[in-house]
Amino acid sequence: KEGESKEEDSCSQQNGAPRRKNHPRENRDGKKAGGGGSRQTGKQAPTKDQKESENKEKKTNKTGKEEENKEKTDRKNSTSSNSSSEESLSEEELAMLMEQVEQKKKLISTMRNKPWRMVKKLSVLREAQAFVEKFEGALGKGKGKKLYAYKMMMAKKWVKFKRDFDNFKTQCIPWEMKIKEVESHFGSSVASYFIFLRWMYGVNLVLFGLIFGLVIIPEVLMGMPYGSMPRKTVPRAEQATAMDFSVLWDFEGYIKYSALFYGYYNNQRTIGWLKYRLPMAYFMVGISVFGYSLMVVIRSMARNANESTADGDDNNFIFSWKMFTSWDYLIGNPETADNKFASITTSFKESIVDEQESNKDENIHLRRFLRVLANLLIICCLCGSGYLIYFVVKRSQTFSKMQNAGWYERNEVEIVMSLLGMFCPPLFETIAALENYHPRIGLKWQLGRIFALFLGNLYTFLLALMDDVNEKLAEEDVVKNITHWTLLGHHNSSLRNGSTATPPPLDPADVPRGPCWETTVGIEFVRLTVSDILVTYITILVGDFIRACFVRFVNYCWCWDLEAGFPSYAEFDISGNVLGLVFNQGMIWMGSFYAPGLVGINVLRLLTSMYFQCWAVMSSNVPHERVFKASKSNNFYMGLLLLILFLSLLPVAYTIMSLPPSFDCGPFSGKKRMYEVIQETIELDFPLFVAKIFSYVANPGLIIPAILLMVLAIYYLNAVAEAYQRANTELKKKMQMQREEEKNKRNNKASTNPVLQDMEDLLASSPKRATPPKQAEDKNVEPPARASPGGQRGRAAAAPGGSPVTGGRGAALPPSPPPHLFVMRPPVPGVRAPYLGQPRPWGQPPGAVRGRGRGQPWY
Amino acid sequence: DCTFFTRKEILRLHGRYYEMAPNVVPMDYTKDPDVKLPMQLIINMPELKENPFKERIVLSFSEDGEGSLSFNDFVDMFSVLSEMAPRELKAIYAFKIYDFNTDNFICKADLEQTLNKLTREELTEEEITLVCEKVIEEADMDGDGKLGFADFENMISKAPDFLSTFHIRI
Repeated sequence: KEGESKEEDSCSQQNGAPRRKNHPRENRDGKKAGGGGSRQTGKQAPTKDQKESENKEKKTNKTGKEEENKEKTDRKNSTSSNSSSEESLSEEELAMLMEQVEQKKKLISTMRNKPWRMVKKLSVLREAQAFVEKFEGALGKGKGKKLYAYKMMMAKKWVKFKRDFDNFKTQCIPWEMKIKEVESHFGSSVASYFIFLRWMYGVNLVLFGLIFGLVIIPEVLMGMPYGSMPRKTVPRAEQATAMDFSVLWDFEGYIKYSALFYGYYNNQRTIGWLKYRLPMAYFMVGISVFGYSLMVVIRSMARNANESTADGDDNNFIFSWKMFTSWDYLIGNPETADNKFASITTSFKESIVDEQESNKDENIHLRRFLRVLANLLIICCLCGSGYLIYFVVKRSQTFSKMQNAGWYERNEVEIVMSLLGMFCPPLFETIAALENYHPRIGLKWQLGRIFALFLGNLYTFLLALMDDVNEKLAEEDVVKNITHWTLLGHHNSSLRNGSTATPPPLDPADVPRGPCWETTVGIEFVRLTVSDILVTYITILVGDFIRACFVRFVNYCWCWDLEAGFPSYAEFDISGNVLGLVFNQGMIWMGSFYAPGLVGINVLRLLTSMYFQCWAVMSSNVPHERVFKASKSNNFYMGLLLLILFLSLLPVAYTIMSLPPSFDCGPFSGKKRMYEVIQETIELDFPLFVAKIFSYVANPGLIIPAILLMVLAIYYLNAVAEAYQRANTELKKKMQMQREEEKNKRNNKASTNPVLQDMEDLLASSPKRATPPKQAEDKNVEPPARASPGGQRGRAAAAPGGSPVTGGRGAALPPSPPPHLFVMRPPVPGVRAPYLGQPRPWGQPPGAVRGRGRGQPWY
Repeated sequence: DCTFFTRKEILRLHGRYYEMAPNVVPMDYTKDPDVKLPMQLIINMPELKENPFKERIVLSFSEDGEGSLSFNDFVDMFSVLSEMAPRELKAIYAFKIYDFNTDNFICKADLEQTLNKLTREELTEEEITLVCEKVIEEADMDGDGKLGFADFENMISKAPDFLSTFHIRI
């Protein structure tokens, strides 16, 4: 039975075989060398021998009798001296043969890795193939063959699939090409801004999905429709102006009473047929926005730190790598090539600047003085701007009390803040010019300062807002009573003059309303964001584009050179842009709790600014005068982001924990504090024991030890990390030392690396360009003989005259150890000396490796 | 099996080779004809056209050192530059490519030429010398003022993106 199945196998194989040509088959054979060899044992071989030999008649043209095998072995070894160094040729051992076949196969499979000329490869390959084909049949490979081939095929497919998938993934990264283009013209620091922007966009998209999907959509779909209750209706007094165009700018009118803002949401515990717990969801989403952002920021910071330690440890070859690996051989498009040239030049310049910066020293005292001075100036600026904002906000409160405030009065705060944001950074930059830092460090300082400015502004703004809120809270109490009385009065009046049991509903627009401070805060943030967007865009348009146009076109008829002289083109302001982004994001985080729609606005903003800024940069900016490389990881940006995230978390947490929500708007109305929604959910929706567990967990007796434990853990981990770091630097130092030592020690290149030998072969043809190519070919044909030492030996023994010829030719080649090195350096004692010395007496100088290969067996 | 290509890929390569000079290259290679294409044709392939080292690449792979490639050399070239080729093999040929004057060392003149090709000669004289000095200082292990293959291999084996950049997809 087994025989039959075998037959079938063979049939299928034979059917398959003719279609395939030489290549695939060999491929398979070669691959099998590893797997098949180990499985095979000498015992099995003879039994399979016969079957297999019949199967493979086609391949071998031989019947697999052992005697013939032996004969052939002899013949083979005598004719082509190419076999491996098997000594016992006379022994009729199958195992021996097998080994040979395996070796051949290995040779075939590794053939492609050899840097030989094609002709040589082909001839060696043919010989080896012939050999394998002859004896393969005799040995047989057993049943696993097909399965193995199949496995190999699948593995190949899988690798290919993975590669394709990776390509696909990289193609899916949005704006990759745009950023690359910018990078090639403006250097990596500008590109790092855009990468940051892209990352930000991703984060915001997730936040938007969270808020939109879990809060806004359910409310719009399942909540009560517009106009059904007071909080969802525009009050009577405002209805006249609710559709004015200015609404788009002020966010009053209809927009104020829409799902964009906190006040629109109802405090119904569950809505719709899904029993969706909206207040709960609102609260949880508000928390998870912060949670997610924190997690993402910290994770990417950690990853960046990892990366920077991963490849930051080998800074030895910056220039060499730039030189030899920066060109991407895949580039086939002229435009890309131009970009690549530009980017390579830029990157070289960056490194040169770095290099020059590192070995420069000047008058330290003067510089110190200048730096202190600069810092003083900047602190003055910061204080001034902080006071200005405080002043303006205070003033705006008085304005808001007046009913007939003009457009300017109403938007004074935003305008002043935007102006500050516009004019302070250039001022700082001018001051920073005093300090004369390396651009990269300078950028960090600049970032830090502007960040302080923005932060100060933001917090004064918040404090002023807090005042406002407190006022509103006081006002609210009054209104609450009024509302109460109105409702009561309405009720009473309807009771009094109507006989119906239920009073006619009061028009929701007429109900007197509290100020709803949450919505006010939300509106404030939205306004700030929008004005920020507008100011940014207008700055770009005017400051960059118009200026560039002006400089470009007026230059023809102007008295001095505009392009080189005063106005010139704008540089891309990295620090300002990064901070604008970070600051903006902080506002989004703060505001998103009160205005769920804010994130949507921000997503739009980031999307447009990506395109707009890319365009602006490419069209109207010039690269920095001193191009510099972005610091390896943009952890600095991330650090700023983390800081502002934390800082924006504070006010929100404060309001959630300690301010009472307004009584007539928002999802938490009617509760004392916002977080009560959790307690309520726990009490009403979970079984009793969960509530109990929660109350235990919330016990301070449990929380304080937990915090203590965490602090201890942090301390411990910190200590461990420090220890590792120290060990790391130690190791690095050691490696450096070793490298130096190696540098000193290494006085010849005759390493035992076989690759070198092949190199010599290859390089042999190049210096001989003058001589007719025939000789080179000649050389290439002959190497098969040299491939294995056994053959070499036989050859050397047979024709002693032959080897000096090749040796002599080899000696003419430079790669053999440069002579002066022997003289200059003390020879390394021990291992290397004999190899150097030996070949010489025999007049075979070509190199240590070859010398050893030939020399040793004589002992 | 001397290459990293499957049969199909080799046939496609042959198609490309044939395309470049349809009247010279025979369609079937069973009789092992001796045909070579001059360098001018090869370096105008779209894959190589933009490469600043195209002449060097072709020269390093041509058997006669004149820059003309037989089909074998042609296949060999793309095999080495393919994705599957191992780092060592690539390093050897990269060394040959960057060794402009074929003295088996990368010396300063070679480096300068490389740099000029890479940057389209946009760097100033001093910058070029500075960079070249830095390169030699960094990578030269044996202190002979030029890079031998051992130095080169040592350097390149640590380079993170050598494998990804030193390949041509065809």
